[in-house]
Amino acid sequence: MEHGTCDLFAVVVIGGSAGGIRAVSAIVSSLPAGFPVPVVVALHQRGGEPPYWPEYLARHSELRVVEAEDKMELAGGTVYCAPADYHLMVEEGGTLALSVDDKVNFARPSIDVLFLSAAEAFGGRTAGVVLTGANEDGAAGLAEIAARGGLALVQDPRTAEWPAMPAAALRRVPRAVVADLHGLARDLVRFCGCD
Amino acid sequence: MTAEASRGGDAAVEEIEIDLLLEAIHRRYGYDFRQYAKASIRRKVRQMASTVGVQRIGELIPRLLHDQDLFGRVVGTFATPVTEMFRDPPFFRYLRESIVPYLRTYPFVRIWVAGCATGEEVYSLAILLREEGIYDRCTLFATDFVDPVLRRAAEGIYPLRSMKTNIANYLQAGGGRAFSDYYHADYDSVIMDASLRDNITFANHNLVTDGVFSEVHLVLCRNVLIYFNAALQSRVLNLFHDSLLHGGFLALGSKESLRQPEFAGRFADLESTWKVYRRID
Repeated sequence: MEHGTCDLFAVVVIGGSAGGIRAVSAIVSSLPAGFPVPVVVALHQRGGEPPYWPEYLARHSELRVVEAEDKMELAGGTVYCAPADYHLMVEEGGTLALSVDDKVNFARPSIDVLFLSAAEAFGGRTAGVVLTGANEDGAAGLAEIAARGGLALVQDPRTAEWPAMPAAALRRVPRAVVADLHGLARDLVRFCGCD
Repeated sequence: MTAEASRGGDAAVEEIEIDLLLEAIHRRYGYDFRQYAKASIRRKVRQMASTVGVQRIGELIPRLLHDQDLFGRVVGTFATPVTEMFRDPPFFRYLRESIVPYLRTYPFVRIWVAGCATGEEVYSLAILLREEGIYDRCTLFATDFVDPVLRRAAEGIYPLRSMKTNIANYLQAGGGRAFSDYYHADYDSVIMDASLRDNITFANHNLVTDGVFSEVHLVLCRNVLIYFNAALQSRVLNLFHDSLLHGGFLALGSKESLRQPEFAGRFADLESTWKVYRRID
């Protein structure tokens, strides 16, 4: 499927925990096939759960959905899913990097690790989205994205299955764009769709 | 200066500090981390700064240059992290069912576990080979570049609390014995049975700087290459190629791959989920 390129944004990073699969799916299924910015997703998974969610996303999305592999090159029209039990990072050159370093706040993949790497790789050309979850992963990472002039989006805690994570992100980034899942998808298309 | 520009400026300075630190380490101690993947190295260097107790990366340079003992204590930060036994159980099941039958056809088998860290993977392999009845014909080389980590691997002592996961992995990998047959528990530790070490040689080998030391039938190097940049990965994969006998097997981590064009025609894809390749030239 053809997709254009985008000068404004180099990557969209999304993080979720409890309830995250449904939330990410709602957003990704609303993105058009030609969405030009690569989307990278980190979800917390309970140990022992089969990592079926990339297939689930693929069935509900017009975008290409793949499980991230080390040194994969980021391309538009594609969603990259962090594999279970690895940290996922974005490198400046537009490739993905994995690590099996220690968990960060009991999480691997850590949303903060992903978001921070994206902020460091692309600065203001990063858009970060924090979704439903029961812990505070992603708040610090989103703050870093915002500090470097990137776009910060948070799922409205009132609409989140588990409000703690988006609420924590909002406390760190009070000026983040707040919306329900459909609003977030709409905002991503509006800001990053580059029509 | 805007906050964003200042943030960007700080980041640029930190990049310089990291480059200088890695250069200093290389010239002083001979370890070459200059071609490690940037995102990971940044995290590890920051962790090191925090451990040593300095605010800025640059302050690590004089500390590490002039304090050899300190360097010895923190160099392990760069080594492959601790893992679990039979990690990715389906991979070990695949090894047992699809690779061991090939190995069984050789009178003597040499296996290299590259980047063995604290040894969990080597002991897993030893257990598997023993259960398949070919351990006595095998020589296992377990290498890593940090001596204290190698010593821990050679000791084979692990926390008791890690065994619950190890046992679950072992069973899922097709193990049929009581896993406790392979270790002795003592307070809050376990020590792997000494007989598992009979055919294992633990040796210091640095994938960045060292060369071929043996021709082997199987190389295991899982979740090590992810820490290297593309150029270094190429160097190491060439080293593995040259260390393998014709028809020998290379097993990488399940999220790594041998997709570089330079290896087309030199390796065949054997198992795409578990990233096992066979040398064909």
